[in-house]
Amino acid sequence: MSTPSAEGIAHWARALRAREISAVELTERALAAALAQQGLNALISRVDESARAAAAGADAVLAAGAESALCGIPLVHKDIFCTNAIRTTCGSRMLGEFVPPYDAAVVERLAGAHAVTIGKANMDEFAMGSSNENSHFGPARNPWDLTRVPGGSSGGSAAAVAAGIVPFATGTDTGGSIRQPAAFCGITGLKPTYGRVSRWGMIAFASSLDCGGVLARSAEDCAHVLGAIAGHDARDATSMQRPVEDYLRGLTAPVAGLRIGVAREYFGAGVEDGVGAAVHEALAALKAKGATLVDISLSHADLAIPAYYVIAPAEASSNLARYDGVRYGYRCADPQSLDDLYTRSRAEGFGAEVKRRILIGTYALSAGYYDAYYLRAQRVRRLIANDFAEAFKQVDLIAGPTAPTVAFKLGEKASDPLAMYAADVNTVAVNLAGLPAISIPAGFSNGLPVGLQLIAPAFAEARLLSAAHQFQQHTDWHLRMPGTGA
Amino acid sequence: MTHPHSSPLTPHEGWQPVIGLEIHAQLNAASKLFSGASTAYGAEPNTHASLVDVALPGTLPVPNRAALDKAIRFGLAVDAQIARHSVFARKNYFYPDLPKGYQISQYELPIVAHGHLSVRLDDGRTIDVHIERAHLEEDAGKSLHDAFAAATAIDLNRAGTPLLEIVSAPVLHSAAEAVAYMRSVHTLVRWLGICDGNMQEGSFRCDANVSVRRAGSDKLGTRTEIKNVNSFRFVEKAIEYEIERQIRALESGQAIVQETRLYDAAHHHTRPMRGKEDAHDYRYFPDPDLPPLTVTEADIEVARATMPELPQARRARYIAQLGLPDSDATQLCADRATSDYFEATFATLAPAAAAASTSESEPEKVTSGVPRSPADLALAHAKAKLAANWVLGELAAALNASASTIDASHVAPSDLAKLIARVNEGVISGKIAKDVFAAMWAGEGDADTIIAARGLRQISDTGALGATIDALLAEFPAQLADYRNGNEKLLQFFVGQAMKRLKGQANPQQLNALLREKLAQ
Repeated sequence: MSTPSAEGIAHWARALRAREISAVELTERALAAALAQQGLNALISRVDESARAAAAGADAVLAAGAESALCGIPLVHKDIFCTNAIRTTCGSRMLGEFVPPYDAAVVERLAGAHAVTIGKANMDEFAMGSSNENSHFGPARNPWDLTRVPGGSSGGSAAAVAAGIVPFATGTDTGGSIRQPAAFCGITGLKPTYGRVSRWGMIAFASSLDCGGVLARSAEDCAHVLGAIAGHDARDATSMQRPVEDYLRGLTAPVAGLRIGVAREYFGAGVEDGVGAAVHEALAALKAKGATLVDISLSHADLAIPAYYVIAPAEASSNLARYDGVRYGYRCADPQSLDDLYTRSRAEGFGAEVKRRILIGTYALSAGYYDAYYLRAQRVRRLIANDFAEAFKQVDLIAGPTAPTVAFKLGEKASDPLAMYAADVNTVAVNLAGLPAISIPAGFSNGLPVGLQLIAPAFAEARLLSAAHQFQQHTDWHLRMPGTGA
Repeated sequence: MTHPHSSPLTPHEGWQPVIGLEIHAQLNAASKLFSGASTAYGAEPNTHASLVDVALPGTLPVPNRAALDKAIRFGLAVDAQIARHSVFARKNYFYPDLPKGYQISQYELPIVAHGHLSVRLDDGRTIDVHIERAHLEEDAGKSLHDAFAAATAIDLNRAGTPLLEIVSAPVLHSAAEAVAYMRSVHTLVRWLGICDGNMQEGSFRCDANVSVRRAGSDKLGTRTEIKNVNSFRFVEKAIEYEIERQIRALESGQAIVQETRLYDAAHHHTRPMRGKEDAHDYRYFPDPDLPPLTVTEADIEVARATMPELPQARRARYIAQLGLPDSDATQLCADRATSDYFEATFATLAPAAAAASTSESEPEKVTSGVPRSPADLALAHAKAKLAANWVLGELAAALNASASTIDASHVAPSDLAKLIARVNEGVISGKIAKDVFAAMWAGEGDADTIIAARGLRQISDTGALGATIDALLAEFPAQLADYRNGNEKLLQFFVGQAMKRLKGQANPQQLNALLREKLAQ
């Protein structure tokens, strides 16, 4: 039904333990696939040698009886996670040569589970974008159609998993940057609750919204990875002290009796017919398994985009101030003065979208505008969170299309920032409220994957994963591979 | 809070200066406000700079609770409100020694608000200074402009060091008042053990906001801000200069420009640093990396329970209960180490009186039912005065001569108390005691050892004294005759001669009495 590379973590974990394949062989296979699929431009850096060494180490751990299902499984990290002694660019010329002296918490935890990093995934510069076209290293491409975008900002991660190069990848989600590329590439993408995964070592875009997560072939695989990367970290003051559940054991919870809220605002005018149809069909499948569909309204949904595009740039304008050419990162040639050093280093080091957001954010925070923009956006943020809290009094999950459209053409929206921002219409509210959400493959429209988004209350990742897993037990959308028949 | 009009007229005829101070006290926490790096001063450049302090991409701040506790202690000491939720905010500006491009500070919700501090002035008046707020913030690094020929060097060792910025209301009306207030805060933060107060190292420095207005006016004039002055003398000079400059300008019809000025210590004047038009828009907003700082009732109770007796309370107790003169009490309480040294000395010298005094200072504790007799009280007061004299006299002089602080005293309080006791007991004279003290300071042992080794025990034996006096009178018949003819000044001559023969060890009172007796015969 599918090529071996379409197999997920559960399959490979079993095969590794059965000695059907070694971690070194599996890693070689991933490295070869990465090389063969260079046209996707999914990776910014490959780390073949350290991957081989890590795989050999994983084989030794496997021989000794490894506990983690991730032992020996290849992955790519979004190039926003700092990796010790491995270049970490954040998709930017600014960090084009930056080699961190430390590992991000997520990187540490996955290395601790003996998963094998084979490279760093392409992304929109500083995670600002919905198409991966804002990468200094050129756009990643959608494996389903190379003329189309993989989504963003975790576009390289999504493309690498969808193409079968690796069974899973890390990503970050500030306004939809895991879920939207997962939807565009036909894979499963999980954005956990804010505070569930440490942000230590994850290069900041908008600190109150940034969330590390996973892109994988199935909800079950997401459960494996979340179990490894979740948990309190004293180095991140926003990380929550709350025990990590056994997400795998929770997967067997039945869909029957689950109340799923269908938010009418998520099926607005911008939603393509094919996308709406696929999502309705997926919801019907859940209903057939015993779930109850409840019509709900999230009345401030239309304010999510404007609030988000004030708060995220405001935080970004401050977070990106450290890139000044003084201590690390890009420095302009032959600076004539301090102002010249700042001005040219930043003018030359940042791309257009990053500069646009720094300007928007600086404006929103400036004296005389702060109340009208930043404070007002924060009030809207509370209203949006309240909408969700009210809704979750009636329902267990909220559903809708992850993105209003399927993957669009490269260049189609590149010159229209507002059209690009609208691609996040169904995802950003979740970040504003800090909730967990998952995008799962739910069918196709014009031969391109459609994603179903499920949203849960804070820290109800187990509920989210079990519903998604049960759906995937009864559908095969997530098993489809590009080029093998949509 | 002083009312603007209640202040006496300053020497600036017809004008009233209005001054507010922003004092930066470096909290003496072992690690930085948001990282685990050491705050130790004087290390090789950039050796105390962690990933967080360098602001590497992906790094995050985590608040240091020890610094927070120190801020709470300050708040309690100035009777202020301690915020149950305070918020860290980002102050955004570009500077090469500011690694993140913003400073983490507190803006709308500081940890400490609405306190006050009673300040005694040199002229005997006391003013009550309203402290608007005190907030936690991190220090920046240092730019070293002369380390390399053609470049500025950056040292990030100081970056992230915890500061408490203490902001007074504009209620000070002269340079002297401002300096007296600054000294009081300086004493207090060291007393509380939250800041080492070292001004050379920049641990305690201040910005002064200065304006002047016509006497009687209640409208504030345009102010200037004098940045980063780090000595009491310079603060006084800078404010004094700035007041004169503003008055001269206004009297000649010029307007004051709102600006930031620098004090030039070499020329004793201030000069403009940047004007209002160059003022930064700091774009403050709550730091999304840091949840609001929560302080519970329990946190406050823990801090309250470990608060030391404050300088003013202690000073009052010294006067009321130990009978010390105001000047002694004030001097002893000028810093906690001196006062603690005095306490320890007195406790050894007069254990019962010391215990009674400290327990009476805590009103909730009922003192033992037996009232002390007037005689006991007088004895205790005398001992307190003796201890105070020694601490403020010989000990202070010895510390001064060796340029050391009282923490490094060569003589422990209990040893000083023993020495004083020997004087009280008549074992040695006060004069000999000074020599014994010098020997103790030089490390020759405790008082008893030195007295024994040097044979300094004073002679109180009437027989021995009498024999010496008899020999003396026989040796100086002319002087004796002269005395008996009415030249009583010669008593001192005989005292001196007798002391010389007795190597200074005679009990002076006894010697005097016996001499008078024999001279009169």
